[in-house]
Amino acid sequence: MSLLHIQNLSVSFGAFRAVNHVSFDVNRGEILGIVGESGSGKSVTMLALMGLIDAPGVVSADALGFDGQDLLHASNAQKRKIIGRDVAMIFQDALSSLNPAYTVGAQLMETLKLHLKLSGAAAKKRALDLLDMVEIPDARARLAAYPHQLSGGMSQRVMIAMAIACNPKLLIADEPTTALDVTVQAQIMALLVNLQKQNDMGLILITHDLAVIAEVAHRVAVMYAGEVVETSPVPDIFNTPRHPYTQALLTSIPEHSKGAARLATLPGVVPGQYDRPRGCLLSPRCPYVQPRCVDEHPDLYTTPGGTARCFFALDDGGRPSHG
Amino acid sequence: MADLQTDMATPMNDAAVMIARELSRHYTVSRGFLRGHATVKALNNVSFMLHAGKTLAVVGESGSGKSTLARQLTLVEQPSGGSLQIGGVEIANASSAQLKALRPTVQMVFQSPYASLNPRKQIGTMLDEPLKLNTTLDARAREARIRAMMDKVGLRHEHYERYPHMFSGGQRQRIAIARAMMLQPRIVVADEPTSALDVSIQAQILNLFMDLQQELGTAYVFISHNLSVVEHVADDVMVMYFGSTVEYGSKTAVFAQPLHPYTRALMSATPAIHKQDRQIKVKLVGELPSPLNPPSGCAFHTRCPYAVEHCKTEVPLLRPIDGRLVACHRVEEITS
Repeated sequence: MSLLHIQNLSVSFGAFRAVNHVSFDVNRGEILGIVGESGSGKSVTMLALMGLIDAPGVVSADALGFDGQDLLHASNAQKRKIIGRDVAMIFQDALSSLNPAYTVGAQLMETLKLHLKLSGAAAKKRALDLLDMVEIPDARARLAAYPHQLSGGMSQRVMIAMAIACNPKLLIADEPTTALDVTVQAQIMALLVNLQKQNDMGLILITHDLAVIAEVAHRVAVMYAGEVVETSPVPDIFNTPRHPYTQALLTSIPEHSKGAARLATLPGVVPGQYDRPRGCLLSPRCPYVQPRCVDEHPDLYTTPGGTARCFFALDDGGRPSHG
Repeated sequence: MADLQTDMATPMNDAAVMIARELSRHYTVSRGFLRGHATVKALNNVSFMLHAGKTLAVVGESGSGKSTLARQLTLVEQPSGGSLQIGGVEIANASSAQLKALRPTVQMVFQSPYASLNPRKQIGTMLDEPLKLNTTLDARAREARIRAMMDKVGLRHEHYERYPHMFSGGQRQRIAIARAMMLQPRIVVADEPTSALDVSIQAQILNLFMDLQQELGTAYVFISHNLSVVEHVADDVMVMYFGSTVEYGSKTAVFAQPLHPYTRALMSATPAIHKQDRQIKVKLVGELPSPLNPPSGCAFHTRCPYAVEHCKTEVPLLRPIDGRLVACHRVEEITS
C-alpha cells in the first residue's frame, strides 16, 4: 500500500478552483517530482495536504490517506500528531520561514520537545546530531546563532534539519533550492537525496526546474492551471512526453534547443481565475487544438508509461494521435 | 589581455561600443562604533570589450560582483579605479554634459519586473518619460514612437493606458524592455532579466531579446547565473568570482572546455535533463567567503578542490590559455 494516497483533492477560494481533482500516490522510498509554472496549484496542493489552507479556502477530497490513517476524517488533534512528525515540509525561502527572534537551537528543539517529548539535554543532543547530519560545520556554535547570521544555504540546511528532526516518513520539499546559487543547490539536492535514501522516506519535490527532476526524481506529475495533466516515470517523460503542455515546457528550455536561434514557445499565459476556458484548459495555447478540445474537458487517460489529460495524447514521435 | 590588444587593431567601423579596463569598485563600510571602517572590494580589475550587436554574458553566483559591475556600466556609480569607455568617451574624464549625453546610450533591464515598474504610472506615461527628458519631440510624435515600440515588444495598443498590476510577469518584463529600448541605446545591461519568470515565459523573453538585437544592433551585457540561458544568448562569456574575472573568452571556447576550476564547478553543478549532458560532479564545499574578510591569494582557494599552498599566497593573474583568459595557477596541470 502506498504511503500517501490522494484522490480527487480540490481546493477552492470562493468561486475559484485553485486545485481541481488532483490525485496521486507516493510510496516509501520514492521521489515524486511535481512540476508546473506559477499558478499551477502545486504549492496549494501541498498546503492542503498539510492542513495549512485557511478560510476562505475550502479543501475537499474523496480520500486522503497517509500510512494507513485517514487524514480526511481525522480530528485536528489527531492531525497535529502526524503533521510535523511523520509528514514534514521544507519551504522555498528558508530565511523567511525561520523565526528571526529565536535561535536556531530553540527552533530546532521545539519540534523535538513537542513531538518526541525529549527533555532539554536530550533535545540538545539530538539537535546537534541533526545539524551534523545536514553537514553544518561547527554545529555547537550554530545552535546559538540567529537566522540572520546564516547564509541562504545554511538556513536551508537548518530547515531540512527541522524537517527531518522526527524521522518523517514523508518529506515535502517546495522549491527547496530555487532561492540558492547553483553550487549550493547541488549541495542541498545531494543532501536531500542522501537523507531520503538513508531514512527510506517518501519525498515530494516541487519545482519548476525540469532538470532537477530529471536528475533525482523517480516519477513526475506535471500540473497546469490546478490540474494534473500528465504523470510518467523518469526519464520517459523527457523522451516521450504525452501531453502537449509537457512537450512545450521541455522545448522552451534553452538546453533543449541547443544551437537554435529561437526557442520554441507556448503563446500566452496560464489562465487565471476569470479566463479559464470551458474545455481543455490548455486549448487556447495548444498547437494541436481540435474542436473537441474547446468543448469538452478531457479526463486523465492511460498512456504507455502513466497518464495524460489529453484526448489526443502524443505518440513516441511527439505527434498528436489524431494524425 | 591578448584579445583586447588584437581587437584594438581592427578598423574603426568595427570599434567596440564599450571597453572596460581594470575596472574596480571598492566600498567603505562601517564595522560599528569605535571599530573603524573596512573596505569591501566588490569589483576588482575587470576588463572586457563589447561590440555592437554582440552579447557579453556575465556569470557568477550571488556576491560575485555582477550587479556592482552593472551599476558601473550604467553610470549609476563612479568606479573607484580603472577605465571605462563608452562609444569612445572615457568616463573618468568626461564632463557632466558629456555624461548626460552618454546616459541614454546605456540602459538597463532589471531582474524583477514586479519591483522595477512604478505601480502608479500608466504604461504609456512610463515609456514617455525617457523621450520627454531626452528628446525634443512633440506629444504626438512621442506617442507614435511609444506605440511603435509596444508593437515591437509584443504589447497591444490597449495596454497604453493600463497600470503595471494589470500585467503578468512576462508582460511586465516586456514593458521594462520597451522602456530600456525607447531611446535606442547602443548598450543594454540586463541583470538577471529572466530569473523571476517561468520557463515558458523565459523562452518568450529570450526570443524578444534576440529579435531586438538583430533588428537594432544593440549590444547586451547579459548578467545571469543560469548557464543554459547564457549558452543560448551569449557571444562572449565572463565568469566572475568574488569580484574578479576568473575566466573570459568566447562562448564556444568556454562551454566546449571550461578551464577554471570554478567554471567547471558551476557547469557540473547545473542540473541537466539528458544524461549525456551531465558532467562529473566537481563538488564544491562551503560557500562564498565574507567580503569583509577576503581569503589571501586566490579568492577561490577556500573552496577549490585543486588548491595547493601556492594558491593561498599568490593572487593568480588572468593569462591567455587556449584562446581565452583564465586566472588560475594550476590550469595546465589540472586540465591535462
